[in-house]
Amino acid sequence: MIDMKKMTVSSSPQIHSADSTAKIMWTVVLSLLPAGIWGVFAFGMTALIVILVSITAAVASEALLGLIDKKMTIGDGSAVLTGLLVGYNMPPDLPLFIPALASIFAIVVVKWSFGGLGANWMNPALAGRVFVFFSWTGSMTKWLLPSMNGADAVTGPTPLGSLKSAYFATSLNVSGPIEFLQSEGLPVTYKDLFLGNIPGSIGEISALLLLLGAVFLLFRKIITWHVPVSYIGSFALLIWIFGGLRMGTGLFSGDVLFHTLSGGLMLGALFMATDMATTPLTEKGNIIFGLGCGFLTFLIRIYGSLPEAVSLSIIVMNIFVPVIDRYTKIKGFGKSTVKEANGE
Amino acid sequence: MSKFKTFPKGGIHPPDNISSTGDTAIRNASLPTKAVIPMSQHIGAPAKCIVNVGDTIEEEQIIGESAGYVSVPVHSSIPGKVVEIKDIYLSHGKTSQAVVIELGGEFKRMGKTQQAKSWSSLNDDEIIKKISSMGIAGQGGATFPTHVKLILPEGKDCDYLLINAAECEPYLTSDQNLILEKSEEIIEGLKILKKLLTPKKIIFAIENNKMASAKAMSDAVAESDLDVDVEILKVKYPQGAEKNIIKSCTGREVPSGKLPLEIGMVVLNVETVFSIYEALVFDKPLVERIVTISGGAVKSPKTLRVKIGTTYRQLLEECDGLTEEPVKVISGGPMMGFGIFDLDTPVTKGTSGILFLTKKEVKAAQQTSCIACGRCIKACPMGLNPSEMNKLTLNFLFEEAQDMGLLDCMDCGSCAFVCPAHIPLVQSFRMGKNQLRAIMMEKKGANR
Repeated sequence: MIDMKKMTVSSSPQIHSADSTAKIMWTVVLSLLPAGIWGVFAFGMTALIVILVSITAAVASEALLGLIDKKMTIGDGSAVLTGLLVGYNMPPDLPLFIPALASIFAIVVVKWSFGGLGANWMNPALAGRVFVFFSWTGSMTKWLLPSMNGADAVTGPTPLGSLKSAYFATSLNVSGPIEFLQSEGLPVTYKDLFLGNIPGSIGEISALLLLLGAVFLLFRKIITWHVPVSYIGSFALLIWIFGGLRMGTGLFSGDVLFHTLSGGLMLGALFMATDMATTPLTEKGNIIFGLGCGFLTFLIRIYGSLPEAVSLSIIVMNIFVPVIDRYTKIKGFGKSTVKEANGE
Repeated sequence: MSKFKTFPKGGIHPPDNISSTGDTAIRNASLPTKAVIPMSQHIGAPAKCIVNVGDTIEEEQIIGESAGYVSVPVHSSIPGKVVEIKDIYLSHGKTSQAVVIELGGEFKRMGKTQQAKSWSSLNDDEIIKKISSMGIAGQGGATFPTHVKLILPEGKDCDYLLINAAECEPYLTSDQNLILEKSEEIIEGLKILKKLLTPKKIIFAIENNKMASAKAMSDAVAESDLDVDVEILKVKYPQGAEKNIIKSCTGREVPSGKLPLEIGMVVLNVETVFSIYEALVFDKPLVERIVTISGGAVKSPKTLRVKIGTTYRQLLEECDGLTEEPVKVISGGPMMGFGIFDLDTPVTKGTSGILFLTKKEVKAAQQTSCIACGRCIKACPMGLNPSEMNKLTLNFLFEEAQDMGLLDCMDCGSCAFVCPAHIPLVQSFRMGKNQLRAIMMEKKGANR
């Protein structure tokens, strides 16, 4: 009746929650799909090819390294996810060696050389993007207009890119970014920003679909509210207070809606700054991490020379994670004070 | 916010799976034709075997003597003849001497009307002695000799007597079923303990997924002249862990490395209270207990009253066998119980359940490396960092792991349950704690 030789005898607990690493990775991939499909719809087949090249390069690198390590880890989905995120962070039309190189850099240098899954201390996809951004800045800043607006393959600046010129204008007479873009002949509405009817990286343009994906992940308890809320919240607050200064409209006049909906903020705050391996372990730590990201994003966007700020902010904050973890230990049960590791 | 109390930090919510045996009647399991009775059924020194092969044994005769202070005697659960004395594997994988008794002869208690005795004339020492000589050890699973818990050291008072009926392990319903049927007897047991410990308050704690049992207890309290707070706690694992249930009910925190008595608490499992009642009122030793036989592979899950020494094989037959092939057979609950490899393992004083789990229930998966998700930290009811502690123990840095609280870990398994990388964290901590204790013993020896 029962073959005891076939029974598993293992240490407790004998049952397990339904989650696994692979399930988490594939769920995140799933939650990202709508935003990517929108990107392909907006920018055409070139966008799809960029995404596919990124994924292929990432998976191929992982497989090759797996052969060296004699440990096949493609099935856990993390390489696919990294490749997908690299693709989402690329402009829709660029020489294909760039996304491929970004993926290879992400997997080989950032992930594998530090020990593979979970051991990397910097977000691989963002590091890959930043690497190619500073190497091929020209190609990385050539944007397509969404095809819904008319002819295919017409290039134009992103809203944030054109806004940057306002900061260096000697005199401005506008109420905010929307009016400035209007005066520059690049009209954009909040609705365009929200739905994703703007030039930008493939996966970042639709705030709506990214938010939906994030809600799904929140619901599945794969991400928590801590990073997105503290990141976007602190960023929005700083924009509201200081964002108007460089438009000449004074304190407390920043256009919060414009800034939160443009650029890579949604993709970054919801999907990149919530990466488990490269963020702090505790809830308190995650809030500090999010605040740091928000501050840096604000600083670079408004006062830096780059139009975008999200990738850099997140990977800079990644560097602070061990420090944050060290100072946000939780108090053990039955211990009156946290015993700080004595740094000998 | 839930109106039910709970502990603030950590904890998990595995499916409770108590519907198949919950609110049902306890049935008597049939007698074992051969009872296998181990000498080591409690934490502490195993009992010393005092019978030989060929001896004729009466029902409830002492077959193993208490072998020290933290030890209790072992009684025979059936009358008969000793046919073998051998070493067997217990469910936790350690060996123990066991006496095999073949059923025969006459029962002196079973099937006869029993005369209740008055215990009120006994003094404290006599009560303690009775509890220890009747072989009573905690029946919640840890099987700590009960009399040791009841002797208050000089200068220590018992503020609260806390009766633990949380039964937070999934599947297990033996406490729940016992309360439904024996609430008045449990009250009587509490009166004995009240006389002994003179607590300022008695709390009876149960989780809110066992409301019928909670009501039965409240009703029994209302009808009695005993003042008991029936505290209904939120369902959350490990609600029934000693330190956590104290925190839930009283807000007090047992200091790290200390016993509950340090903060004026005595915690007893509810079935142990019932056994104390039987010991004092009927002179009955601990020779049977309530066992839940459940799990997705069992045809008709049941809660049975089982003679100590009955084999798992017989109990499975009593539940009409299997519907499908299980992947694990568990002694105890699924969170802290032991996987067993031999169906002829006997029921002991600590066997609260026997589970036959299917592949679907176990949910095993490929282990990956840690992805630093932090879920183990969120799940740990002791406020530890399991992920970091695991890295230390795997590198044999046991003392460094202890700096992070390794010895506060109680093997509850919450971290390993939620770990998406399926890292066997509890296994690592068990190993670490064993090694650490060995290191500490060695150091102690060197200092001498």
